[in-house]
Amino acid sequence: MADPVEPPPLFENVDILSDQKEDDDLFISARQEQSEPYHGAPQENLNGEADLSNLSLDDQKSELENVPISNSGTQDTLEQVEAASGDQFLDISITEPQKVGDGMGAYMAYRVTTKTNMPIFKKREFSVTRRFSDFLGLHDKLSEKYLKVGRIIPPAPEKSVIGMTKIKMSSQPEGSPSNGSDFVERRRASLERYLKRTSQHPVLVVDPDFREFLESDVELPKATSTSALSSAGVMRLFNKVGETVNKITYKMDETDPWFEDRLTHIEALETQLRKLHANVEAMVSYRKELSHLTNGVSRSAAMLSACEDHNSLSMALSHLADTEEKVEALHLEQANTDFFILCEILKDYLGLLGAVRDAFHERTKLFQHWQHSQQMLAKKREAKAKMELTNRTDKVDQAGAEVIEWEAKVERGQENFDKISKMIKTEVERFEKCRIHDFKMMFIKYLENHLNHQAQLVKYWEAFLPQAKAIA
Amino acid sequence: MTDKSNQDEGNNVPLIDNTLIVDISDALSEKDKVKFTVHTRTTMKNFQKPEFLVVRQHEEFIWLHDRYEEDPKYAGYIIPPPPPRPNFDASREKLQRLGEGEGTMTKEEFTKMKQELEAEYLATFKKTVAMHEVFLTRLASHSVFREDSHLHVFLEYDQDLCARPKGKLQQLGGLVKSIGNTTDQYYLNATVRDVNDFFEQQMNSLTEYHNQLKEATHRTDKMTEKHKELADSYIKISGGVLQLANNDPGPLDKFLAKVSDTFERARKIESRVASDQDLKLADTLRYYMRDSQAARALLVRRLKCLVNYENANRTLEKARHKNKDIHAAEAAQSQACEQFEAISAQAKEELLDFKTRRLHAFRKSLIELAELEVKHARTQQDLLKKSVQSLRELL
Repeated sequence: MADPVEPPPLFENVDILSDQKEDDDLFISARQEQSEPYHGAPQENLNGEADLSNLSLDDQKSELENVPISNSGTQDTLEQVEAASGDQFLDISITEPQKVGDGMGAYMAYRVTTKTNMPIFKKREFSVTRRFSDFLGLHDKLSEKYLKVGRIIPPAPEKSVIGMTKIKMSSQPEGSPSNGSDFVERRRASLERYLKRTSQHPVLVVDPDFREFLESDVELPKATSTSALSSAGVMRLFNKVGETVNKITYKMDETDPWFEDRLTHIEALETQLRKLHANVEAMVSYRKELSHLTNGVSRSAAMLSACEDHNSLSMALSHLADTEEKVEALHLEQANTDFFILCEILKDYLGLLGAVRDAFHERTKLFQHWQHSQQMLAKKREAKAKMELTNRTDKVDQAGAEVIEWEAKVERGQENFDKISKMIKTEVERFEKCRIHDFKMMFIKYLENHLNHQAQLVKYWEAFLPQAKAIA
Repeated sequence: MTDKSNQDEGNNVPLIDNTLIVDISDALSEKDKVKFTVHTRTTMKNFQKPEFLVVRQHEEFIWLHDRYEEDPKYAGYIIPPPPPRPNFDASREKLQRLGEGEGTMTKEEFTKMKQELEAEYLATFKKTVAMHEVFLTRLASHSVFREDSHLHVFLEYDQDLCARPKGKLQQLGGLVKSIGNTTDQYYLNATVRDVNDFFEQQMNSLTEYHNQLKEATHRTDKMTEKHKELADSYIKISGGVLQLANNDPGPLDKFLAKVSDTFERARKIESRVASDQDLKLADTLRYYMRDSQAARALLVRRLKCLVNYENANRTLEKARHKNKDIHAAEAAQSQACEQFEAISAQAKEELLDFKTRRLHAFRKSLIELAELEVKHARTQQDLLKKSVQSLRELL
């Protein structure tokens, strides 16, 4: 990256990626056709991609871009998208988390069940067993294919070394309730959300890798590159560090105010969501503690009841103990509602905003690349002019060829940049629509759950009231 | 102030009789002391005026309590437990901690948090006053206690009672005294065989009961405190959602503003739930924890009487053996016997009284607790129902 002449970041990345592919023998067959032409003529590949997406998105896209982002407008387009996808549905659920194997080699396997009426699937309903690294592998494959063209790829759940080690250490077979079942359930739910989110994307849902993931009965090849300690993992880390440095140091002069506005909006959203997430997390832990302390009160009431020598008061205290115990369970349930409905979705969105930024960053890289080509072109032209002046005909031809070559590169660079800009706009529109919908659903679902718990609370205390009145 | 009446209930003296009515009409908090204005109205002859006001501090209440406790006249009665020391340290500490965390929240959030703490402080203050008042009203409504001259001095004398400047040395003295008392109890329990199974069993069950009440009070306090903390955490969530609403113009802002508002309303309800649990459950448990301690003190005094009686018996036997001072010993023995009989009879009645008093208080507070819990849960249910409805309209 330090070399001033060499840094077309796009190429550099491609190189690293292709290195990775050569390491992974298993994937060569699956990916070669894709990576090879990319090397030679990136624009063809990009074109191809764009065409592919144009095919599926064509009808909505033009409308999407014309519609202003106003209240009614979004609703209209939402309907249009729904209409475009017609009556097709794809419903994914994850069940039966199971611990497979023992010791440090152990892993969790999940049952992924799909119900659909989409014609690209062979059956209406099918299920497969997948392990966590398969999900990460799927995400890597999808990002590799689509991130470059500016798509927002839903991020897969993060690896959790601590949580998984606990599972591995536990001697009990498969997610027994005592040991780390919280962790397993949390992960199951987040994997499910991840797949659902991916399936909501009109392009990702028809991707062959995604389809294979859902449908293929055979075990997927082990995705070594997802493991943190593999060579590919280390390469990825380097790559990431490089990108981060690039992200921080490179400021492109923005020509499109739309991107500037979006970026500030996303940044503000990120800060606020992070804060809200932390506060919701605090609420969850307060409620869990409250549940625990309520249990203490319940036990105390039971003890008091035991040493109270007046009969009816003793009875009432024992009922109080029962009531408090039920309230304790209710608090715990509410804490789970707080966690699974609010906290986790907010966290997902923090990840998704990261994915949006990644797409933005791809655009920056293409811009850099384009700029670099322009500089090179200018140099080559200068060189050619010099040659012509000094009358070195032997070299003029070569210089002329180089100029033509770089002219083509500049053209391609601009083309790519324009394409990704357009793509990101479409993707962000889609993302925003999903976000608005998800946020609304999240709060409504949360409040409805909360409502049910309060109704339950009314019942518990109403049942206790006659017991208190019976003290005489 | 409602719990005042609940403590009086079940007291065997009918309240209609208004020969001596005491209340605390005002209280002032100064630095680390609280000044209570004690207001008395009476028809009793041995007061100079029918109505008067004096200013008293916590230490003077303790002084009064100690006078009752050391007077053998009252040995057979359960002496109303002294009010606990005013303690606002917890509130002050929280306020300080809030000040330190000021930078991490928005202005509105900070203001709300501060309001909550101020309300909490006020509630603690009111409670302190109420507990001092309950102590006096119990004395004033008791047919025997209200005749006490120390009480009259306490109510009428408009100067300091010189009980106030409790120096370190005296505090130490108090500590030594209380240690003496507890060791006394253990010593008596271990050495004296009670002649009466009823009392032995009462002593045991009261001790157990007291310990359970103590534990229950402690746990309930922790629970209500956490509930309050939970309610306060809604402030930040409501604030965070509102900020989100302001940043998200268009389709989400109205929706999120509504959500934020719901959290704010729910917070107020939860906060009420916490304070009502504190008032109805924790405070009742706390009062009877102290009352059961007072009842136990009575049983200890009875045991002491028993020891005296047994000693007198032994002295009499020795005297008879040596044929010396028989008369004096006989007189002492019969006096000790009488005393013991009297205290035993009185204690039995007092224990029964304690039971009815406790029963009434628990009945009242548990009913009120249940009713308030139902009320708050219903209010919250309504709030959530309406919110969900209007949010659905915004879809």
